[in-house]
Amino acid sequence: MGKTVKRVNNRSLASIALVGALAATLTACGADATTSGKTTDAGKDAATTEAAADLSGNLAGAGATSVEKAMGGWIAKFGETAPDVTVSYAGGGSSAGREQFLAGGILFAGSDSALKPEEVTSAVDRCFGGEAIELPLYISPIAVVYNLPGVDAANINMSASTIAKIFSGQITNWNDAALAAENEGTTLPDLAIIPVNRSDASGTTKNFTDYLAKASDGVWTHEASDDWPISGTQSGNGTSGLIDTVTGAEGAIGYADASRAGDLGTVALKVGDAYVPFSTEAAAKVVDASPRADDATDKRLVVKIDRTTTEAGTYPLVLVSYSIACSTYDDAADAANIKAFLSYIASPEGQELASDAKVAGSAPISDALRTEVQAAIDSITVKS
Amino acid sequence: MTTLPLSSTPAAPAPPGRGAASGTARRSRLKPWAPWAAAGGSLVLAFLVTLVAGTPSFASVVALAAVFYLVGLTAWSRIVEGPRWATDRLATTLVTFAFGLALVPLISLLWTVVSKGSKVFSLTFLNTNMVGVFGDMTEGGVYHAIIGTVLITAAAAAISVPIGILTAIYLVEYGRGPMARGITFLVDVMTGIPSIVAGLFAFSLFTLIFGPAYRAGIMGAVALSLLMTPVVIRSVEEMLRLVPNELREAAYALGVPKWLTIIKVVLRTAIAGIVTGVMLAVARVIGETAPLLLTVGIITKVNWDLFDGLMTTLPVYAYNQYSQGGAGVDRAWAAALTLILIVMVLNLIARLVSKFFSPKAAR
Amino acid sequence: MAVLSPAKTTKLTSEDEPAVKRSKGGIAGRLFQWLSTAAGLTILVTLAAVAGFLILRAWPALTASPAELQEISWFKADSLLSYVGPLIFGTLLASVLALLIAVPLSVGIALFISHYAPRRLAQGLGYIIDLLAAIPSVVYGLWGALWLAPVLNPIFEWLTSSLGFIPLFAGYQPPAKNILTASIVLGVMILPIITAVAREVFLQTPRLHEEAALALGATRWEMVRMAVLPFGRSGLVSASMLGLGRALGETMAVLMILSPGFLYSFFLLEPGQHQSIAANIAAKFPEASGLSVSALIATGLALFVITLVVNMFARWIISRRSEFSGAN
Repeated sequence: MGKTVKRVNNRSLASIALVGALAATLTACGADATTSGKTTDAGKDAATTEAAADLSGNLAGAGATSVEKAMGGWIAKFGETAPDVTVSYAGGGSSAGREQFLAGGILFAGSDSALKPEEVTSAVDRCFGGEAIELPLYISPIAVVYNLPGVDAANINMSASTIAKIFSGQITNWNDAALAAENEGTTLPDLAIIPVNRSDASGTTKNFTDYLAKASDGVWTHEASDDWPISGTQSGNGTSGLIDTVTGAEGAIGYADASRAGDLGTVALKVGDAYVPFSTEAAAKVVDASPRADDATDKRLVVKIDRTTTEAGTYPLVLVSYSIACSTYDDAADAANIKAFLSYIASPEGQELASDAKVAGSAPISDALRTEVQAAIDSITVKS
Repeated sequence: MTTLPLSSTPAAPAPPGRGAASGTARRSRLKPWAPWAAAGGSLVLAFLVTLVAGTPSFASVVALAAVFYLVGLTAWSRIVEGPRWATDRLATTLVTFAFGLALVPLISLLWTVVSKGSKVFSLTFLNTNMVGVFGDMTEGGVYHAIIGTVLITAAAAAISVPIGILTAIYLVEYGRGPMARGITFLVDVMTGIPSIVAGLFAFSLFTLIFGPAYRAGIMGAVALSLLMTPVVIRSVEEMLRLVPNELREAAYALGVPKWLTIIKVVLRTAIAGIVTGVMLAVARVIGETAPLLLTVGIITKVNWDLFDGLMTTLPVYAYNQYSQGGAGVDRAWAAALTLILIVMVLNLIARLVSKFFSPKAAR
Repeated sequence: MAVLSPAKTTKLTSEDEPAVKRSKGGIAGRLFQWLSTAAGLTILVTLAAVAGFLILRAWPALTASPAELQEISWFKADSLLSYVGPLIFGTLLASVLALLIAVPLSVGIALFISHYAPRRLAQGLGYIIDLLAAIPSVVYGLWGALWLAPVLNPIFEWLTSSLGFIPLFAGYQPPAKNILTASIVLGVMILPIITAVAREVFLQTPRLHEEAALALGATRWEMVRMAVLPFGRSGLVSASMLGLGRALGETMAVLMILSPGFLYSFFLLEPGQHQSIAANIAAKFPEASGLSVSALIATGLALFVITLVVNMFARWIISRRSEFSGAN
């Protein structure tokens, strides 16, 4: 026994040393990932810096996961100009975000769909007698992605009704005549099509099904919905899960935030008589070409995307995510923080940052829209 | 390890079927090299068969060889040694195969985590948070997530372990009648609470009391303790029941009061098992994602305050980074690796603790 | 001391009720007993609170008419019951398959570590298995989707092409995101838990029993069958229940691996046929509000009830064998 104990003790010593080393690492001060560069480009927009420098406090937001990446960039860059404001954004889902916002848990929400009428009503209470403002600050093209390694063409062309036929199981093979007719000069393989959808409730699905319902000339018989209406399909959880599923099987086709398409092929949509591949410009253009929702106001800039637009160079399959805030806050610091943060997001720098393919690949809002957005932001007041 | 000597038990009294010691058996036995010969033969045969059938792949050869080995060795043993020893060999083979088969996914899992996780894993990764990291930046780390995970798990353990051990003591030493039976049953039911329901429960409970805006690490800790407590109870209960009654009776005979017997004799005898049970429970919850996603969310920097504000934990961090794709995927794997390392360290500590407290000359 | 009067423990019988007075531990003893009883009661209260919370939150959905429920975008069933039914089926199917995979393997591993492997090897192996219990479910999900699914793909393709006439194996569609893959991952996931408990239990087999068996000329397997397994049976059932509990409630791994569907289907290889309750809640919860939250929590309540029933069943099995324990 004694021998065993001795051997064990040696090992214990070693492990104690290991534990100690780790503890030392942990107790050492955790460093910020980015410390340098904080001052380098702060001079560029001295006005913002000056205004933002005296801001402080917590600015908590939550909501749609679609804007999470862009929000990460915005929070990081905004933090450089207003280092004393702690902005956080928890991507728990649009509904969760709206609910928390209306319950007063957070100061702003991100949502892939606009507030429902009853939510607009209850927002009055939450906003201290003011109203909710909804700003379309994140416009993101949705790509129809496919996994066909053998096809060299930059894009496969499809009309909305072809896509609807594929996703509803009426076209089951890539060598189908309907596909061949739209893609002259491209040989599509004899391979079963595996449609892949999102398995979780998602704004991406809602926009995709909305597009199919409106633009497919009646081929798609389901309504727009957060949930995929057809059962018995391959599906993936979240954008990552969907991309992994499409990547996992040759012949698979799915839909996802365009910035995540990666090496997968993307479909060019038929708009008018031409086929338009996704691009941030085309996505921004469709938003400008679309009318406002019937109940939109100058504070609730809700866009009703025109899925059937025939205007050249537009890409109608886009997701618009709204930043939702209050027109009135009871706390001066809150109001100032939210104003500064939303102004930054709406600013050309903010929009450009998010449109970088490395950040979120979204479409920058147009100057006309920015003017309206800024007016709404400027209307944020403190409750007197 | 006090229990270790036990593992050698069967080997001590002349293990049947292994080595020259088995020569005492009256029947003729297979030579010690027989299993190896059988293994080699099966492999060659399997390779030839797959070669005839088509192109041999590693997996198909191994699978076929396993079947040949199983059948061949058992038949051989049955002819030479008789049915009892043949059954014994069959059992040995099956047990070993079960082990080997189980190792395949487990090793591949560990290997995947280590190889993918080591890409961005470094001291800097452990020592930085995610402030200012966005897009495809490869900076950033898990410092804040380590703190969050350690704090929340420790808080969960602080709630669960005392309650769990005391409840187990109640069940084994004091409890009787319908209440004890009821609690035993409810503990079973509790093991089945889905983690997401635990998260919803903690979320509702705290937001009900402290208002809808309340978010704190303690919410996650309560959710986790809900998952952890039954595991602690079940494993500690098993261990306490295994303490021989002779020990308790001996203590009573010496006039030691019951509570002291429990603390000094029962708990100390079972300490290795209890520590394993607690570690298992910690391991069970430290990787939980769903309830923490609901309750404590994610932020970019360290929050030391368990009672106020969002916190980042390693599993949520890993899920979040994976969901964002790109450079995040590497960070996700590295975070998983970090989590495993933390559990490893905790395990080491636990082993030291159990060694320190357990009776010196156990068995 | 009243506490020490006859039948004070579940197992100790009157034989250990000595004449010696053990009043030494008066207050401390009482306090200790009170503490442990209070801990037990905490469990009762906690569980009652969880059940109460579930019922309270699920109530709007439980009392809503089918027409109201059908306004929820994902609610396509005729009633709450017919919505939950396939989910229960899917949850049980996945968990039972996982148990079928994990329990024999776990017993094998535990026996290997406790009674077959050389001591040094056993120690290391036990350690690795313990570690695996701590791998976050997200990682199991990632591993299942990114590593296991491609590995299983050719096997499943072979199964469906050569055994496709059996409904169980028909209709495979790549990638391998079906209930069988999910079950295998769940099986791997609960393997360390079951193994760790089973190993501890097997190691606790009284040495005398083992040596007696060997002395009678038993082979190692006979010794295991006669001494180790009967001794560990109740522990093994407990371990399996722990594993089953985790499998029933597992969220992230299933969410990340399974292509869900809402059918009563035995097509194990076809995607979009099954879904588990926990994964369904996680998938739908972020975008749920109002009545749909209640409906989701009602499915959580159903899971709670299943666990109750499954555990009753397990209790019944154990109680038929409970006389065998170290403390009797």
